Amino acid sequence: MTARAASVRRAAEALTIPIGALAAALALFGVFMAALQHNPLEVYALIYRGAFASAFSWQNTLARAAPLILTALCVALPAQAGLMVIGGEGALVLGGLAAAVTGRLLAGAPTGTVIPAMAAAGMLAGALWIMLAGTLRQYRGVNETISSLLLTYIAIALFNHLVEGPLRDPASLNKPSTAPIGEASMLGMLPGLDVHWGLAYGLVACLAAYVLVRHTTHGFAVRIVGGNAQAARLAGLPVNALVLVTCALGGAAAGLAGMVEVAAVHGSANASLIAGYGYAGILVAFIARQSPLAIVPVAVLVGGISASGGMLQRRLDLPDATVLVLQGLAFVVVLASETMYGRLNPFRSPRA
Amino acid sequence: MSDATQKLDRRDVLRGLGAAGALAGLAPLYPRAAAAADKLVVGVIYVGPRDDYGYNQAQAQAAAALKKMPGITVVEQEKVPETTDVQKTMGSMIEQDGATLLFPTSFGYFDPHILRMAEKYPKVRFAHCGGLWTEGKHPKSVGSYFGYIDECQYLNGIVAGHTSKSKKLGFIAAKPIPQVLRNINAFTMGARSVDPKITTTLIITGDWSLPVKEAEAAQSLIDQGVDVLTCHVDSPKVVVETAERRGIAVCGYHANQAALAPKGYLTGAEWSWTTPYTTHVKDALAGKPMVNFLRGGLKDGFVKASPYGKAVSEGARKRADAVKAEMMKGDYIIFKGPLKDNTGKTVIDTGVRLKQTEVALEQMNYLVEGVIGKV
Repeated sequence: MTARAASVRRAAEALTIPIGALAAALALFGVFMAALQHNPLEVYALIYRGAFASAFSWQNTLARAAPLILTALCVALPAQAGLMVIGGEGALVLGGLAAAVTGRLLAGAPTGTVIPAMAAAGMLAGALWIMLAGTLRQYRGVNETISSLLLTYIAIALFNHLVEGPLRDPASLNKPSTAPIGEASMLGMLPGLDVHWGLAYGLVACLAAYVLVRHTTHGFAVRIVGGNAQAARLAGLPVNALVLVTCALGGAAAGLAGMVEVAAVHGSANASLIAGYGYAGILVAFIARQSPLAIVPVAVLVGGISASGGMLQRRLDLPDATVLVLQGLAFVVVLASETMYGRLNPFRSPRA
Repeated sequence: MSDATQKLDRRDVLRGLGAAGALAGLAPLYPRAAAAADKLVVGVIYVGPRDDYGYNQAQAQAAAALKKMPGITVVEQEKVPETTDVQKTMGSMIEQDGATLLFPTSFGYFDPHILRMAEKYPKVRFAHCGGLWTEGKHPKSVGSYFGYIDECQYLNGIVAGHTSKSKKLGFIAAKPIPQVLRNINAFTMGARSVDPKITTTLIITGDWSLPVKEAEAAQSLIDQGVDVLTCHVDSPKVVVETAERRGIAVCGYHANQAALAPKGYLTGAEWSWTTPYTTHVKDALAGKPMVNFLRGGLKDGFVKASPYGKAVSEGARKRADAVKAEMMKGDYIIFKGPLKDNTGKTVIDTGVRLKQTEVALEQMNYLVEGVIGKV
């Protein structure tokens, strides 16, 4: 059997299994809807119309997917080194705050300077925050899943304190915010679309992450650490440094998501930044099986579910929880489908 | 639409070809969209769940009232965060449902989200809950509606003051912003009009919806001897239930929570959003320009007090009803000098009477004498 045929088979398997799983999730959701006296076909039609049927619905889906792409990287990158970081929300809010402060300080400078500076500030803040979780793990043996989650609460408390206290714009009476960065420093929309530049940032970041992880020696070393840290150490790899750099890159992605929220949407840092994108990113990264490239279609799918959720609410008077049911079903079935790899006959390599 | 969107159209058609074939027969399933042409479609957007016994439920009650009006179709969407999500939700209601009047109800929806959509869809009316619309700064297709709910908080205070035996009241608040401080102050002043020895202990949780912290705050206040509680958070459910379980009295907020505390529910400060909703809908139907700044108190039917519970004494009823009658006439002033804050500083000078419309009240940054707590 040639290596080529084997890799084609693997690719076919990697496509068929998740798609089959999604179909199964949709079927289960249809049963659930039927149990609630709704015609499943009508429900499917609405999901399709809400998320993918027109230019408007595509843009709705993509706008919702954009922040998730970046926050999913905050899970998927550390996962390469064997870390389960779920604190992207903290990196996002602090990244947003750092970007808002930088944007304010540089108000009046040319846009070409302000935006890169804001992005750099956001990424730096996010990177340091997730590195903190990495440091606690490497040097103090603290479980990074727990610490990154708890650090999120600290980040949000810190954010609220600064936004409602020292950094508050006195003009923001009933919605405490930092001073606005000004219209001139805002990120616009992608040309011809009603989706902001955050989507492009996310695509570039995913591509860069893919190249880094799959096609560089650094990425190779990180994956060895993820596979077996002990072996990596014996082989002479700087395990601590590799883990910290990977955490920093993940945190930078989430921090950039925060910067985009400030620069493209809100124009200042306020509590609206704490919208759960960091947590939704965990879901996306897991369904994408921590692959940077798979994050993009999965984020689009989750964005689409969210877009069509609105349609279900408005047309069928269903509660928002309906969408959570669909999302939950998709999540569980996709994860369960992982056990199918290597077990389906058409994808098996013939025995020698 | 530009070339790029057309491209998307083609791609989308290709992608969806299989599904579209299967679904083509379903077109007649959309009577609503078809009916949209001759009906006014109104979209209502909530930041939390519609049945939260609080802020969102109060708005949803008005939406339910609109549904009963002839010639109106109401589409609703709940749990929409204050991000691009709400922009896309407004866009979906306009583009997919044909809505021409929107009620995006969360305070944080206004800037930048409503303003941005108003620019994009100049023919659609946006009625926002809160007081943010400013003449000359914001478009005429956008408006604010709000109510002077501190009037009902004052009445809550009177009833609470009569009911309390320990003379200690408790207030659980989300954030120390002017709107919330005004409620805390009105509640305390109402109670102290009954007995100047009464104090209100304040706990600020830090955010609009933190059920666990709210329950902890309620427990801790009750442990300190507080025997009447109230709150200003998005959903008073947890506070009301905790008070009932611990056997103390409670005043509601936003909507009627009497069902959650049949024994201890005294009364509550409720919104009556049906009034501004109906005004906006009637104007839209008649093609009249929208009222950009819509405000009112008890007298105007923008707020109301929950019916008194079993635990309310005859004396409390009489006193509260007397003040309410004055408020209904429209000549009752809550905030008047001399008024001191809880550090002893005079915040309203002798002889100054602040009417409900005064801007100074919207910038309130102090806690009045009798409140134990810090801004």
